[in-house]
Amino acid sequence: MNMPKPKYVFVIPCSGIGKSMGTVGRKATYKVIEKLRPQNTRTTCLPLLTVGDQETLNKVRENPCISIDGCPTKCAQKNIEASNGKLKKSFMVIDTLRNHKNLKPEGIIELNPEGDKLANIIAEEVATAVDEIMESEC
Amino acid sequence: MLTSIVKNKVGIVSCSGEEIPEGTISRIATRLVLEKLRPEETVTICLPLFLAGGEGERTFARLFPTITVDGCEKRCAEIGTKKYSGKPFATIVVTDILKKCPKLKLKSRDKLSSDELKFAEKVAEEVAKKVDEALGYEKT
Repeated sequence: MNMPKPKYVFVIPCSGIGKSMGTVGRKATYKVIEKLRPQNTRTTCLPLLTVGDQETLNKVRENPCISIDGCPTKCAQKNIEASNGKLKKSFMVIDTLRNHKNLKPEGIIELNPEGDKLANIIAEEVATAVDEIMESEC
Repeated sequence: MLTSIVKNKVGIVSCSGEEIPEGTISRIATRLVLEKLRPEETVTICLPLFLAGGEGERTFARLFPTITVDGCEKRCAEIGTKKYSGKPFATIVVTDILKKCPKLKLKSRDKLSSDELKFAEKVAEEVAKKVDEALGYEKT
């Protein structure tokens, strides 16, 4: 039986308020949902999962999700998994950074240009994953 | 003991609020308190880490005063802090402060406009006042 095509892929970053990597993940998320794939993606507040908001639980259970975490603590991934969400792909900023060691992201309130560049690279990777998910779930 | 090592600290727990501009305001306001207004007196606690198993975060919030900064009436930071650690010393909700600025319409989730940044500074000042109350003194 063919499953109905999902309307949206939910891209959910960690809140990452203590580190530049968190800001990179957040910026990458906005790049995807506002510029690269606005028709197919949405985001939701991660803390709503943390506190068990039913409307948000339904969103992550009924739609494919992509997590973007800043660090190996993987708060976004773990919160989606603990909520029984449909996690299809997980990204970690430091993984991408390992392939672009020349970039040194700095700043949390205001990310430096290298951080912006890293966010753009991750956003492109996430957009490709969104396409694959939309394709596979047809 | 943690309490003997860390003194006079207040934990600021911000909602991350990825979905709405008010969440970005709460996040930036929190960082302004941490980096500029009360850098010596405050630390931040990552809210989703409460659930992801951050025992250090839970312990800190049990032992030290916390101030929650929420973007909206869903009050995730306040609820999460109460659920996993204890009652916060004070709670701030961005939409409550926004009511005092009826002309301001928040739009940005990513890069704040100058008006939005000024508003974030205003929220940060409110948080800083609560930090001073929590520590029992007024900063001049």
